[in-house]
Amino acid sequence: MADQSAKQGGGPIIKIAFFVVLALVLLSGAIFAPEHPGLAIHPMDQFEIKPLFGGDHLGTFTPTNQTLWMVLAIVGIVLLLVVGSRGRAIVPTRGQSIAELAYGFVYKMVEDVAGKDAVKYFPGIMTLFMFIVFANFLGLIPTSFTATSHIAVTAVLALIVFVFVTVLGFVKNGVGFLGLFWVSAAPLPLRPVLAIIEIISYFVRPVSHSIRLAGNMMAGHAVIKVFAGFAAALGLFGFLPILAIAAFYALEVLVAFIQAYVFSILTCVYLKDALHPSH
Amino acid sequence: MELVAAAALGKFIGAGLAAIGSGAAAIGVGHVAGNFLAGALRNPSAAAAQTATLFIGIAFAEALGIFSFLVALLLMFAV
Amino acid sequence: MASNTQQTTDAAHGADAAHGGAEAAGMPQLDFSTFGNQIFWLVVTLVVIYLVLTKVALPRIEAVLAERRGTITSDLAAAEELKQKAVEAEEAYNKALADARAEANKIVADARAEIQGEVDAAAAKADAEIAAKAAESEAAIAEIRAGAVDSVKAVAKDTAKEILASLGYKADAKSITAAVTSRMKG
Repeated sequence: MADQSAKQGGGPIIKIAFFVVLALVLLSGAIFAPEHPGLAIHPMDQFEIKPLFGGDHLGTFTPTNQTLWMVLAIVGIVLLLVVGSRGRAIVPTRGQSIAELAYGFVYKMVEDVAGKDAVKYFPGIMTLFMFIVFANFLGLIPTSFTATSHIAVTAVLALIVFVFVTVLGFVKNGVGFLGLFWVSAAPLPLRPVLAIIEIISYFVRPVSHSIRLAGNMMAGHAVIKVFAGFAAALGLFGFLPILAIAAFYALEVLVAFIQAYVFSILTCVYLKDALHPSH
Repeated sequence: MELVAAAALGKFIGAGLAAIGSGAAAIGVGHVAGNFLAGALRNPSAAAAQTATLFIGIAFAEALGIFSFLVALLLMFAV
Repeated sequence: MASNTQQTTDAAHGADAAHGGAEAAGMPQLDFSTFGNQIFWLVVTLVVIYLVLTKVALPRIEAVLAERRGTITSDLAAAEELKQKAVEAEEAYNKALADARAEANKIVADARAEIQGEVDAAAAKADAEIAAKAAESEAAIAEIRAGAVDSVKAVAKDTAKEILASLGYKADAKSITAAVTSRMKG
């Protein structure tokens, strides 16, 4: 009898729970509303770099909150790829199949986009991809720090790729690498103009490569922070921005992965240009 | 003092204008994705091989929107 | 509400001022004093990740994947081999069955031929014996008949002589024998 009533009450219980949660949210908005409601939004505060163990001095080797989250990214990568694959099982466990999935995903990307002869640079691209994925996803944890939202970090990543690809292009092809800028398909009078445009676009590559990643991360986190400020300011109706934050968070989960994917796939494209500079 | 106020006003107006660029980038990304979908529905067997190209195209379109967002941020916080 | 507005702007301004004091640049991303620190720790992180990946993780995953490919390939080969063996075993079984059947047929045929031969031999022997007995009986009959004819001839001669004698005729033995013989033939 009791069982039956519980079954019948399944729908209403969920409804009641929903309304209870809604009421709590509204109530908390009323209770915790700031004394002087106003738009005191500081979306950039979350990106501040602070020394991890207190103090104001920030030297080159001081561990910071950013260092902490980069180390956590290393820990995550080790947990996934080293601890996850320690069984070496023919029939993989759950962790091992995720590690194999990540391996296969990046390997196939390098093979498909950059070509078979680029496979020997696969560990480097895997390093970039895993670091960016873990930094992005760890940054989505509330109150954490997103290492990839800093232009210094992404600029170094992009410069490593740019310098490596340029040097590799000249080592592999010699002067022939300059053929990348000489569009032989275009009419002859147009070619010098196109060459200038190509050279400019080549040097803009690391800029867009780095700003895309940092900008996406920064924009998403800043937008969430702005909506959080709205939630604090609106008091009773604070649940509306909170719902918007949930939607943005879902989008950010997607963006966190897509940006890591885009960063590595563009690295593969640049690598292909260096190995086969035919235009 | 009035000069400072005018500068602050200009900052915010400029940031708002720069934010239009984000909307333009949104149009561009939608264009890329929509055209990809149109092509993919015509020839679904060739679509899977071109998803990488799709993401590269979206990334290029989006990067320019991010630039304008960056300009807005610089105006708001750095200038 | 209206009285709050002034306080709010004051508070916000105060917060802004305090904030501005703490962070002059406004955007932490553009605070160049932290760049050295960030770059140093980033490079350390990347080197650690690269070493972990190249020394431990990637070779291990690669080995596992290669081993799995190998296992699957060899399992497929083994399955193929077993299938081949099964086919061969079936063929051998069918062949053995056919052989056994042929053998049985042969044995049956042999036995039948042997029996037939024995039967034939026995029949031939019996026929021969019967023929011999029949010939013997024939001979005995012929002898008996010859004996009987001779007796009849002698009796007929004697009778004819007696009849002639009683009738008053005197006949020589030679003509009587000729007459009897011609009569008996006819």
